[in-house]
Amino acid sequence: MLQPSTLYSLTAVVLFCMGCYSLLTYSHLLRKILGVNVMGVGVFMLLIARAYAGEGQQSDPVPQALVLTGIVVAVCATALALNLAVQIEATTHKADLAEDEENNGNAN
Amino acid sequence: MESFWLPVLILLSSLLTGLGIFFLGEERHFARTVLNMAAASVKLVLVSMMWIGYFEGQSYEARWPLLPGIDLVLKTDIFALVFLTLSSGLWFVTTLYAVGYLEETPQRSRFFGFFSLCVSSTMGIAMAGNLFTFLIFYEMLTLSTYPLVVHRGTEDSLKAGRTYLIYTLTGGSILLLSIAWLQTLAGPIEFVAGGALQPNDIPLPVLRIIFFLFISALGVKSAIVPLHSWLPKAMVAPAPVSALLHAVAVVKAGAFGIVRVVHDVYGINLANDLGVLKPLMIIATVTILYGSMQALIQNELKKRLAFSTVSQISYIILGVAILGPVAMIGGIVHIVHQGLMKITLFFCAGNFAETLGVHKISEMNGIGRRMPWTMTAFTIGALGLIGLPPFAGFITKWFLGSGALHAGEDWVVIVLVISSLLNAGYFLPIIYQGWFMEREDPWPFEHHVGPLETNWMLLTPPLITAILVIASGLFASTSFSPLSIVELIALVEYPP
Amino acid sequence: MPTDQWHLIPLAIALPLSAVLLAILVRRATVYLLLGILLLMSANAVGLTWLVSSQGPKTYYMGGWEPPLGIVLYADGLSALLILMTTIVGFAAGLYALRYFPTKTDDEDATHRKNHFWPLWMFLLAAMSALFLSRDIFNIYITLELMGLAAVSLVALAGEPVALRASMRYLLVSMAGSLFYLVGVALIYANFGVLDLPAIRAVINQSPAAIIALSLMTVGLMMKTALFPFHFWLPPAHANAPTPVSAVLSGLVIKASFYLLVRLWFQGFDIFLTPIIMIIMGAMGAMAILWGAFHALKQERVKLLIAYSTVAQLGYLFLLFPLIKSGEASKLAWSGVFIFVLAHAFAKAALFLAAGNILKAYGHDRISDLGEMNRYIPVTVFAFGLAGLSLVGLPPTGGFIAKWLMIRSAILGEQWWCAVLIAGGGLLAAGYILRVISRAFRTVPDIPRPKPLSPLTEWTALGLALLALGLGFTGVYTLDLLQAGTPEFILNLAGGIP
Repeated sequence: MLQPSTLYSLTAVVLFCMGCYSLLTYSHLLRKILGVNVMGVGVFMLLIARAYAGEGQQSDPVPQALVLTGIVVAVCATALALNLAVQIEATTHKADLAEDEENNGNAN
Repeated sequence: MESFWLPVLILLSSLLTGLGIFFLGEERHFARTVLNMAAASVKLVLVSMMWIGYFEGQSYEARWPLLPGIDLVLKTDIFALVFLTLSSGLWFVTTLYAVGYLEETPQRSRFFGFFSLCVSSTMGIAMAGNLFTFLIFYEMLTLSTYPLVVHRGTEDSLKAGRTYLIYTLTGGSILLLSIAWLQTLAGPIEFVAGGALQPNDIPLPVLRIIFFLFISALGVKSAIVPLHSWLPKAMVAPAPVSALLHAVAVVKAGAFGIVRVVHDVYGINLANDLGVLKPLMIIATVTILYGSMQALIQNELKKRLAFSTVSQISYIILGVAILGPVAMIGGIVHIVHQGLMKITLFFCAGNFAETLGVHKISEMNGIGRRMPWTMTAFTIGALGLIGLPPFAGFITKWFLGSGALHAGEDWVVIVLVISSLLNAGYFLPIIYQGWFMEREDPWPFEHHVGPLETNWMLLTPPLITAILVIASGLFASTSFSPLSIVELIALVEYPP
Repeated sequence: MPTDQWHLIPLAIALPLSAVLLAILVRRATVYLLLGILLLMSANAVGLTWLVSSQGPKTYYMGGWEPPLGIVLYADGLSALLILMTTIVGFAAGLYALRYFPTKTDDEDATHRKNHFWPLWMFLLAAMSALFLSRDIFNIYITLELMGLAAVSLVALAGEPVALRASMRYLLVSMAGSLFYLVGVALIYANFGVLDLPAIRAVINQSPAAIIALSLMTVGLMMKTALFPFHFWLPPAHANAPTPVSAVLSGLVIKASFYLLVRLWFQGFDIFLTPIIMIIMGAMGAMAILWGAFHALKQERVKLLIAYSTVAQLGYLFLLFPLIKSGEASKLAWSGVFIFVLAHAFAKAALFLAAGNILKAYGHDRISDLGEMNRYIPVTVFAFGLAGLSLVGLPPTGGFIAKWLMIRSAILGEQWWCAVLIAGGGLLAAGYILRVISRAFRTVPDIPRPKPLSPLTEWTALGLALLALGLGFTGVYTLDLLQAGTPEFILNLAGGIP
């Protein structure tokens, strides 16, 4: 039977990869942002998994502190990202980064 | 105290002038001219003070640490003094000329500002006491001359400027690599008469490779074949620039560097032992002949003079490459002689272009009648370069020839003879055309109508330098002639 | 217990943070106050530098709490110098920003932008100061994120769609990079239970976990440093940001992640510095130099040209890795690369400020339509030229000193390809700098007269360029400073790497 912490760790890795995949393959901004978020969740899970020290044992407070901080930062970053995405949609009526025409930023 | 400040002041006299000119407005023509001429005079005074001090046994050195173990060093020995004097003297005349030439043209403060910076760099090169300092001022020279080459702002000027930079910056990079390499092998190199390098454990092939890297790098500025192409192209610059570039600053800096490397870094004996002198001689000879041959086929006057310079600078290199004090004297004294003669020729070319719109040799029929003084100066300069006595050029060729014979390189004499014939071949027709041919068509344009044949500021400089050409040859045996001074250098490099 | 003087360390972070609060809470007429704080920060940095050079590196425990719970701040010669660099460039660009944002305007957007600029600016400087002083890998993550968020917002301030998209791309790359990094942190903690870099160094071994962690952290940081092939986000972001922001992004922000890479590899994970790694890093650096320069030569707009130049110049930094071959070569390489960082910060910031001036004066920055700039904006042109000199590495600038040291290191360590690359890269840089400078000399008949520029904008650009020049003359002092506290890593390498 898998240790709880191992299960969590593996799930974390899977989530991270899924998020990464989403970031890279989808062009819609919201999907990219969500992808990054899922990546973040994956990393936090990895840290929490480490905090578990066994049944009845006191869990390690350090990773918990790290994750709390990380969540705060992630929330701020997501807020910024969403704000930017909304503005981009409002000004360009598109919700992607239009990589091709953007190439080298030669658009004036 | 004085030993620190005098070199620094000499450098600052044109550096501060340059900066000052940048801050003066474009319209303040009179103030700018006064500043320029005053600074040039001050510099001449300072250099004379240095001469006096030198003969009284005073030594001059200014140091500033740039990196641990590497200092910015300004030192003077007699070779430096020769170059300093040539540069400051010719700066004075060229400034006068340039003021007259550029009258009523735009962007003069930019021109004169960079002009002064260019002279500062030349001072720095002359006084450099180690390879690192030399490199710094060498690159500064490149940078301060670029705005002068592209001054006119036309498409051609910019293209010429780009070519110029490509060549000189590449040369500069190679110089940087060579100096770094040499320093890694042998520690920081300060110039020492007779050679600073102690070969010790350095493998000889490496020393040879580094030597040729130096020659290539310095050869760009000295216009050695095949690195010379930038020079004819740079003729699009205004005449004062061509005069300065060819007589004093850029090409001479390259040749100066080669002399320093051969004598004060490697030392003539080490160079001889390494066997690098013979190839250097061959490179020089090829350039001498190629330059002269190309000069023959040029119709544009300035381009012909450019190729003549390519050829003439290699005389200096040839002199240095031949073992023995006599040849060395010939080579080094040519720095002064060629400077005087070539600047005269360029001044005259500028006069022809500016006053009568004559750029091509084919248009020069009968110009001697219209502008006799200028044509006389031109004739003196040309005859000097051909090597006729009693002009300065004759002295050079005499010493080069005897030196070659002393060293057992008889073939060099043949080269010198051929070269003189070629020189005659591309100068005599001009002289003949100018004096003896009849003029049928009117001049392309007439710029100046007045009592003198052209603006006095354009007329005086070539006359001054022409007189000096005669004097250097005629009075060569007196103790103040360039020749005698250079003989002192020989005493230092080849102790009896 | 930290001595009183060493409170300068937390002050370096506290000052800009309080400025952020000030900027948000008090809207009117605080700009001058903020500039005063910036000046204070510079003074603080000078003081810190002096302290470190006279007393050596210092470890500071925030609140007196030791790790793993307390936050440790560490100042050695390198961090002190980089903080000094940050405050100076931040101050100069801040002065520029004073005149860059129109003061009296009816445009609501513009006022908004100005009001948001200052808090974000101070925040960015606070994050960077904290970053340079951090020593445990999680704190590093936090400061990285903070810096990234501030930088992204500042880019977006420009408002145009192109800037918004560049900002978004920057944000996504930044977040992804930080998360990669964080995975590494998690793995390290999971397997070794430590976060402090010296502690890591003591317990690390060559386990798969450590290797994966280090690789992820490195990739994350490389993405943030825009090292080839992760460079795609940089040109649009740096070119389309408001000018003072561009200056700080290219001059400072991008160096921060490089600095972290160096700390990581040299202070925590140096057992992994094998020749293979050094070659790989060096090769990526070389690609960056060539790629960046090649693209810079093709650009039509000045700001984009400068941005690609940043991509190229960052490549030089990564040459640090292959140059660490033997004791003497390592010392030279270390000094050379960090003087390069300094010189590039000043020169690149100056270039961007000058480019911003050209943009403001002529209304555009298309290279082919410029001409005779030195007639109307001579100070700007001079600043551009002088900064360009440092970038190319011509004497007597700081860039030259850096190049000299690196070439010497390359020759000493027998990495000939590095020496040739460094020299050749300089020539390429000369090529693209010349493209703009030659326009200054070109006589073009129909150029309309440009708008007059505020002298402050021109003189801050020149001031920074002069600093790059001055660095060329003060090499000895800078080198001394760099030696304070850093020799331990380099001396460790002296024996270790074959």
